[in-house]
Amino acid sequence: MSSEQKPFVTDDTQVQTETRDARMAGADDRFNSKLREAFGSSPFILTKFDKFMNWVRGSSMFMLQFGIACCSIEMMHTYAIKHDLDRFAAGVPRASPRQADVIIVPGTIVSKFAPRMKRVYDQMPEPKFVVGMGSCTISGGPFQEGYNVIKGAEEVIPVDIHIPGCPPRPEALIYGIAKLQERIANGESSPVTVKPYELEQFGDLERDEIVDKLAAQIDEDDLVMRYNWADSP
Amino acid sequence: MSLEEQQSDEPAELESGVSRGDELADLLGDLVVGREEHMNAPGLVIRPDEVQDALFKLRDEAGFDHLSCVTAQEYEDRYESIYHLTKFDDRTDEVSVVVPTSKDNPVSQSAEPVFRTADWHEREAYDLVGIQYEDHPDLRRILLPETWQGHPLGLDYDQDRPQIATLREHANPLEEDHRAGDSNTMYINIGPHHPATHGVLHVETVVDGEQVVDLESDIGYLHRCEEQMCQQGTYRHQIMPYPDRWDYISAGLLNEWAYARTAEDLADIEVPEYAQIIRTMSAELCRIASHMIALGTFALDVYGDFTAIFMYAMRDREIVQNILEDLTGQRMMFNYFRLGGVVWDLPEPREEFFEKIRDFLDGLPQALEEYHDMITSNEILQARTVGTGVLPPEVAKSYGATGPVARGSGIDYDLRRDDSYGYYDELDWDVVVEDGCDNFSRLLVRMREVEESAKIIQQCVDLLEDWPEDERNIQANVPRTLKPEEDTEIYRAVEGAKGELGIYIRADGTDKPARFKIRSPCFSNLQTLPEMSEGEYIPDMIASLGSLDIVLGEVDR
Ligand code: SF4
Repeated sequence: MSSEQKPFVTDDTQVQTETRDARMAGADDRFNSKLREAFGSSPFILTKFDKFMNWVRGSSMFMLQFGIACCSIEMMHTYAIKHDLDRFAAGVPRASPRQADVIIVPGTIVSKFAPRMKRVYDQMPEPKFVVGMGSCTISGGPFQEGYNVIKGAEEVIPVDIHIPGCPPRPEALIYGIAKLQERIANGESSPVTVKPYELEQFGDLERDEIVDKLAAQIDEDDLVMRYNWADSP
Repeated sequence: MSLEEQQSDEPAELESGVSRGDELADLLGDLVVGREEHMNAPGLVIRPDEVQDALFKLRDEAGFDHLSCVTAQEYEDRYESIYHLTKFDDRTDEVSVVVPTSKDNPVSQSAEPVFRTADWHEREAYDLVGIQYEDHPDLRRILLPETWQGHPLGLDYDQDRPQIATLREHANPLEEDHRAGDSNTMYINIGPHHPATHGVLHVETVVDGEQVVDLESDIGYLHRCEEQMCQQGTYRHQIMPYPDRWDYISAGLLNEWAYARTAEDLADIEVPEYAQIIRTMSAELCRIASHMIALGTFALDVYGDFTAIFMYAMRDREIVQNILEDLTGQRMMFNYFRLGGVVWDLPEPREEFFEKIRDFLDGLPQALEEYHDMITSNEILQARTVGTGVLPPEVAKSYGATGPVARGSGIDYDLRRDDSYGYYDELDWDVVVEDGCDNFSRLLVRMREVEESAKIIQQCVDLLEDWPEDERNIQANVPRTLKPEEDTEIYRAVEGAKGELGIYIRADGTDKPARFKIRSPCFSNLQTLPEMSEGEYIPDMIASLGSLDIVLGEVDR
């Protein structure tokens, strides 16, 4: 089979064999990995391309450097020494959304910030994943009753993993990220749902009486957004 | 500036026998139309169209050079703005200027020409309560979006009414090409999502080449209705968790102390000495943690150093957080203070706990030495920070800057000493002042304050260790429900990590405050940013922003 083809012929296959043997054998066990074991002596592995891509995706995640509120301090601790998220291949945060795969939403989202967050999320390239950190991104947390607070990140963008806590400990965040990696490696991600925010963009205004009432004053093709999401569908 | 000179003839007035309130009322003469007594200060009622006259007089003739806070509130029959005035030289000399306005025409004169800090404070009052200020240079919403409908802290606000705004009103200002005429300037949005803004701050800058021509901070991206939350909670237990989340950079206990102090004075609660020492010790630990992050992120801002200094600072913070976790049970949101004391005693075994603190304090000088090696004696950092972001003391005073920002401008003002609380006046420590007025001195102040905090902690640990076992009284007797008398008003402040953190409470006879106003130090400090960076280069603006060490949770509340 193809293993007999030798595109790059070198004289000292001997060296290669020795290196390989050394790596396979106990002497230099630290070079060993599941991947190498899967390779065995053959330079090929058989896998589905999708599966391979998912595995790669999960093992090399670029986080977005995105701090909102108190939880972001614990997030910084998770990136920094002692907890060092980099150990789990979810390393140093990227400052630009265009380079990021994962956005951790660490904090309370308020009416003024929600559209901005949505925009940042939209700027990230597909496939993208969202980790909601803290009670605030689940329900609004301690500020749930506030006039200005969005009741959870789900109102604005789809969330893959929710990490409860106020704030969650760094260990909890790491666990959440590990779970996300697991999900990605298994090819799962949350279904993309249409958010109330987008619903209104498409002019589906009937379900809201007040919008109906106001609709007369609004241009046909004008768009509508809402600040408080109290009774969103 | 004239402020300084005026203060010299001021003690003469204090000497007389009449009460402070009478004296000031005499000074203002006909301007005063009524009197009130607040628990912290006499209140002078002023007509809404004579605010500036009264404030000018108080500032120039009585020496009240610090407008600490502006509280706005709505009563059944009127609106009211309260200007809490005090002095940088004598914090205990306070006066409240009360300005009532009618319900149907809530217009009051702006205090902005007298104190520049009133600019943002009045915008906030307009935004949340709905009082209009005449003569204000720029009366717009500040915390809520421009298109918000209603004033949420007004009495008749209905929070369940959907807020609907057309997206057109919210159009992206940069969508179209903004090339205007043949001007050479460029408009740049920094934030609200940007690593250098330390959270969700939005800085609208106009630059000419690399120089900042005009700059405006747009805040409100983290306005979490803290005041509303506190007004909905009962004094005894339900409010205390919230202060932790104002200045969330581990300064939780300092903030809790602000609430504890105000409410204890309001309800006349005496805190046992033992609890005061624990409070002092733990609060100073918080201050260290908070200054560490200021240090780490400042280095990050100035030379993008994510690897060394940031990690070093985080390392030291982890130690502090561990100690605080042993003490309070949480890493950040401590909820450890109670009215009348603290929730529980030091963890057992006590020796181990003291040992832990001692170890940390022993290692601190060396750690600080390292920081000085890497930061303050680093040429790059010096080049970037010495002489940039200059904030002259008079300007800082006029903007109500406090904390390390004020002390970095040579203003000797620290509430721990000037309006002492807790156990601070029994201990031996110094207020750190640097008079460079630039980014570098603000950094230095923080680093030296860490040393002072360490001194305080050291002394507290010594005291706690020798405290007789049967006198470890951690909480005073506090009634189950607190119902301070109707119409008692109080404004009290403590020295938070970022400066003067004040709280105004008005009681209405129930177990919840009728008005709870937070005076955040960062809110006032951030106002100085244009002053420091207009005309400077963009990177210097970033350095100035870093040296202000703001926390958006506290700016926006
Ligand atoms: S969950 Fe708690 S710690 Fe996190 S942002 Fe919300 S209030 Fe802050």
